[in-house]
Amino acid sequence: MNTQTSAVSANMSAGLMSIVKKNAVPILFAILSILSVVVAKMNPLFLVNEIITRLARNAFLVLALLIPVSAGLGLNFAIVVGAMAGQVAVIAITHWKIEGLLGFFLAMLGSVPLAVIMGYLVGQVMNRAKGREMITSMVLGFFANGIYQLVFLFLVGTVIPMKNRSMMLPDGVGIRNTVDLFGISRALDNLWRINVAGIRIPLASLLLVVLLCIALHYFMQTRLGQQMRAVGQDINIAAVAGINVDRTRVIAMILSTVLAAWGQLIFLQNISTLNTYNSHEQVGTFAIAALLVGGATARRATIWQALLGVLLFHTLFVVSPSAGQAIIGIPQIGEYFRVFVAYGVIGVALALHAWQARE
Amino acid sequence: MQPGNCLYVGGIRDTVAHVLEMRGINKSFFGTTVLKDVDLAVDAGEIHALVGENGAGKSTLMNILFGMPVIHNTGGYEGQILVDGEQVEIPSPGVAMQLGIGMVHQEFMLMPGFTVTENIKLNREISRPNLLSRIISDKLELLDVSQMGKDSRQALDKLGVDIDHWLPVAGLPVGYMQFVEIAREIDKSQVKALVFDEPTAVLTESEAELFLGAVQRLSEAGLAILFISHRLAEVVAVAHRITVLRDGEVVGRLSQNGVKVERIAEMMVGRQIKRPALPPRTSEPSDDDIILETKNLEVQMPGERLKGLNLAVRRGEILGLGGLAGHGKVAVANGIMGLYPASGSVRIEGRELPLNDPAAALQSRLAFVSEDRRGTGLLLDESIEDNIAFTSMQSQNRFLKGSVPWQGLRVRDGEAIRKQALKTIEELDIRCTGPEQPVRRLSGGNQQKVCLARALTLSPRILFASEPTRGIDVGAKSLVLDLLVKFNRELGMTVVLTSSELAELRMICDRIAIIYQGRLVGILTPDDSDVEFGLMMAGGRVSEVGVG
Ligand SMILES: Nc1ncnc2c1ncn2[C@@H]1O[C@H](COP(=O)(O)OP(=O)(O)OP(=O)(O)O)[C@@H](O)[C@H]1O
Ligand SMILES: [Mg+2]
Repeated sequence: MNTQTSAVSANMSAGLMSIVKKNAVPILFAILSILSVVVAKMNPLFLVNEIITRLARNAFLVLALLIPVSAGLGLNFAIVVGAMAGQVAVIAITHWKIEGLLGFFLAMLGSVPLAVIMGYLVGQVMNRAKGREMITSMVLGFFANGIYQLVFLFLVGTVIPMKNRSMMLPDGVGIRNTVDLFGISRALDNLWRINVAGIRIPLASLLLVVLLCIALHYFMQTRLGQQMRAVGQDINIAAVAGINVDRTRVIAMILSTVLAAWGQLIFLQNISTLNTYNSHEQVGTFAIAALLVGGATARRATIWQALLGVLLFHTLFVVSPSAGQAIIGIPQIGEYFRVFVAYGVIGVALALHAWQARE
Repeated sequence: MQPGNCLYVGGIRDTVAHVLEMRGINKSFFGTTVLKDVDLAVDAGEIHALVGENGAGKSTLMNILFGMPVIHNTGGYEGQILVDGEQVEIPSPGVAMQLGIGMVHQEFMLMPGFTVTENIKLNREISRPNLLSRIISDKLELLDVSQMGKDSRQALDKLGVDIDHWLPVAGLPVGYMQFVEIAREIDKSQVKALVFDEPTAVLTESEAELFLGAVQRLSEAGLAILFISHRLAEVVAVAHRITVLRDGEVVGRLSQNGVKVERIAEMMVGRQIKRPALPPRTSEPSDDDIILETKNLEVQMPGERLKGLNLAVRRGEILGLGGLAGHGKVAVANGIMGLYPASGSVRIEGRELPLNDPAAALQSRLAFVSEDRRGTGLLLDESIEDNIAFTSMQSQNRFLKGSVPWQGLRVRDGEAIRKQALKTIEELDIRCTGPEQPVRRLSGGNQQKVCLARALTLSPRILFASEPTRGIDVGAKSLVLDLLVKFNRELGMTVVLTSSELAELRMICDRIAIIYQGRLVGILTPDDSDVEFGLMMAGGRVSEVGVG
């Protein structure tokens, strides 16, 4: 009998299978990205430029999701709230015409108190909804959006005194749908940007992302980081070890919200216009989709998964319209394709994770 | 060591207060009183044992002392707690720790995804200050991982166990997990009193000896030690004083001198315990009728690897699996049931059993009572009756009613489940308020009985019972063993009993297979001598002694 040898080869192929299974999600999306790139026949220079821009623009927001995951709060859809805090600050500095890098950093600074308060409140609610954090964070995002609209559509110009022709609606109540952020436009990107063989690299923005990665890595090795990982593993055991579970979770939410506010500011300075009522809406969905594509789960997410996820998700995002057009031939289909990709990604990634969890 | 001596210290003070004292403790859960006016005092350097039947209230008393959330979420308690003679309030485990009380809980309190070191140092991490931490908060200090490792090593060495302190806890054998917990408690430098809730229940006899040695050293170093155990022999061996609880009341206080195990057992149970002789069979099991046969069975169970087992189990016998910890006896049942990666061949009544497939094992009517209490898969928030019926519903489509084309659409048959539940609750003497009580609210030993009830409800052809009496009191223990015998004799159920208690194996088994270094060394009968058992567990056969 050759049970010995067949057992060995079975072991080897089992090992390979387990690697593939463990990384099924990123592998699938890598294949999908490569196929779309091939089909779309895009100008490679354009593609690379586009991806680097998007990496600098979106990575910060995705990284903002990591702390809540490690603290066991799941995928924090409530980073939308942080994004709103960032937008409030950006509206303020645009109104006061504080421009350039100074304006950008003041906006960062100004968004902090609001983000801390919002993060605190979200954290409090999450502590009352233990075990249902994800759906709670999603609903809180919608709820905050309602308040945000109330403030900027009706209260500005009535209760909140503000006069500004260019930013406000013609009747003097409410902020316009789109606000031109000329003041801080590319404030960070243009601070230090180099050009390598036709590829423009916004070094300053990328540097900020790298700094955040280092900070997060460092943070996870601190006492507080360790406490968060403990709380994320098992609330009961953490409590018995004397960790103040609720407080730790609130701190995690506050940090995530502040980072999201800053992430949204980086995003906005690159885009240069504020869609007052839409810019923040999909922040949560897109960031979460990217993180999931990188292979993260609601219980475990690493910095590398976040970065890989941004890369894959946005490659797909850039090429999917052209790919859609190349395959089906109708130009409009490309746009649908994008939305389909974003939501489809979340669905497929979650389904694959469920499949892995069952294995 | 005489704890009484500590009461007088050089005449400076008349009396030295007890390190720990609980006075007039009363506690009820949802209207049921579980502790009535309990007093307890422990001195420095004393080993104080707390014994009592399953559900007597031992864990509850200790949970009060440690400020566990479960106490405060259920309406708190009445009475006083004094530490060093001063009255204290203990609203949370954090406060208990600050007061110098350490506790090893009955259920494991370890983070599976953390390493041994991270668990030992949980929330007591060693860290070094840096610029940011000085400005913002000491919580931003960076962990000093290597120092944490050194401390953990030291604590583990003090216990005399050699576990790699960088391994993740998930997947460690249960006995090791217990040592990690103990190491965590003794690593706390300010600790003056240690509470152990059934620390030895998950240990093998040799591990337990190791542990008791460590405990004695700790008490000699001046720690007050309070420990709960169902192993009365060890209680008698190490405790200076013993407090006996029955139905929430103190029914006896004994001191070390001249106490007999039988006396304690009677006090606990309130009646005498006798064991009848094993009933005879109509026909004895024999090698002509083999129900299960393994060929070259290998199981990758961390710390308990099985490296090629050839074993034949006779139909209708009670086969014991013995051996020292770490030699693989535990892996046999775990491998056959598909819970750990296995290779080789297992045949049941001549038919090949697919390995690594728990569903297939259940469908072949094999049942398993796991040695891992946490991993027993009880649905803690579900009722006793649903837990008992669950596996049967899932794998055998029993306890379902309605005739629809698809099994998945049939509904649970409440009546049949209730009947079965009431029957097994009585047979196993599960102490509960009724079949609808959530399993979480049962005492540890009674949860164990529910696991057993669930396995028996499957009416298996072969029952694998791993340490089924672990953490069960003396009375209930003989009950469980009697029950295994009864099912074996009346229903012809083949039983494979894995146990680290040799006495238990010899009491009911027909044959006892000894596993050494992942392989079978031999099969003994209960009547073989202690010497033979001892030699075989050390890997030798009597006939080979001369050779080497
Ligand atoms: N959370 C709870 N809710 C309701 N009742 C409970 C709860 N915890 C324990 N009880 C009940 O309190 C009584 C005492 O339980 P306890 O856990 O203190 O027993 P024990 O002496 O530790 O038993 P064992 O030896 O089995 O561990 C039992 O009747 C149990 O059912
Ligand atoms: Mg108990």
